[in-house]
Amino acid sequence: MKKEEVPQDSCKSYSGHKKLIYAVDEQGHYEGVKSSGWEVEGFATEMAVKALDEQLAKATTEYQQGEISALGYYIPLLRFDLMSLAHATGFFQWQIKRHMTVAIFNKLSDKKLMKYCAVFNVS
Amino acid sequence: MNSIVNNVVHRQSSHCESGVVANMLNSQGFELSEPMVFGLASALMFVYLPMVKVGGLPLIAYRMPPKSIISSVCKKLDVKLTSQKFSNEDEGMKALDQALSEGKLVGLQTSVYWLPYFPEDMRFQFNAHNLTVYGKNEAGDYLISDPVFEDVVTCPPENLKQARFAKGMLAAKGLMYVMDKPQVNADLEIQIRKSIKKTAKMMNGLVLPFFGIKGIYHLAKKIDKLKKSSEQEVGMFLSNIVRMQEEIGTGGAGFRFMYASFLDEASQLLQDEKLHEISKFTTEVGDLWREFAMKAVLFCKKRKNISLEEVSESLRVCAQHETLLREKLLAWSK
Repeated sequence: MKKEEVPQDSCKSYSGHKKLIYAVDEQGHYEGVKSSGWEVEGFATEMAVKALDEQLAKATTEYQQGEISALGYYIPLLRFDLMSLAHATGFFQWQIKRHMTVAIFNKLSDKKLMKYCAVFNVS
Repeated sequence: MNSIVNNVVHRQSSHCESGVVANMLNSQGFELSEPMVFGLASALMFVYLPMVKVGGLPLIAYRMPPKSIISSVCKKLDVKLTSQKFSNEDEGMKALDQALSEGKLVGLQTSVYWLPYFPEDMRFQFNAHNLTVYGKNEAGDYLISDPVFEDVVTCPPENLKQARFAKGMLAAKGLMYVMDKPQVNADLEIQIRKSIKKTAKMMNGLVLPFFGIKGIYHLAKKIDKLKKSSEQEVGMFLSNIVRMQEEIGTGGAGFRFMYASFLDEASQLLQDEKLHEISKFTTEVGDLWREFAMKAVLFCKKRKNISLEEVSESLRVCAQHETLLREKLLAWSK
């Protein structure tokens, strides 16, 4: 990629920041060039962010309607998934799934709740 | 509180790990560019692990695993690397303050999610980010040179603590490291040759079909199989590849441009025209990766003039060119 070909598409996900891309100058040598984003990359990022937002919106309604526990709401809110949360808390994925039901979540011991609180940084 | 400001050379980098190493060494007067660090570490790679899921999508990486750049560059250049992990969070913060007061620059491994200076859309649960702390201001906030940002930033102690001790995959466990530059600089020429040879060898992949060129073909085959999946699934799968290739601090085309830059710099250093030719070829390989990303996204946008076969074919073209690149690197480093 030539220096003048480095995309400057002002991607939304960059929030005004710039990233460094390596590109070739007129003499055929490399240098670092600041880029405000590439539309192609931006599209992929927005797709991922949109999917996360949808998950969160779904969890919010389900939580408000009492279908899932607060845990089910916090997972997408803090951009966790079952696997990363299992790693972070030491619970198994099936345990976390169980804890997402309201009845079981309400009966959780303080010790177990504290594990979640520590990972989510809430008290 | 007294402020501490240690000398730091902050240069924006593409990638956090190579950037931290370059900045920490440059600050001590050991001039080394980010691409040179990346190349010397033989960090160029391709990995597709279908069984490891991140956010429900397979793990795809274009480089060697975290921490390998730091350890391999320090070893090659005789840089003294002192690193520490902590089981107690407060001790970890105390040790950081202690090292800062001794005038040291301190490298940290952190989570991205808990760093407040990251823009919302870039924050996700990833625990292997790297940054350099160079001091503390009167308010008690840490002064940080985060290599992927244009300028230096600050971070309150509570947030930094949370970021250092975030649990989960690749958890940092408070990892901090200090580098001391060597008395005598290592012979770059020998190290460059060695590292290129290593990269060339690794590009072929290991026995398993998940690494290097084999991994790329494996991924292409998987894309062909996506035909039976729903539109949503295909979209998420393809955009995940593009994100790993372009978004996650790679300097463009999944580190291929950064590697080309390393070869270019090495060719000037060694006065080797042949290496410059290989650098140009690597640029072409990078351009092909960008073309693949473009096609993948066009497919996601449901443009009628592009089929799934064209997307996977474009990936196979990348693999073919990486095979050629491997031969060139191997022949040069013999």
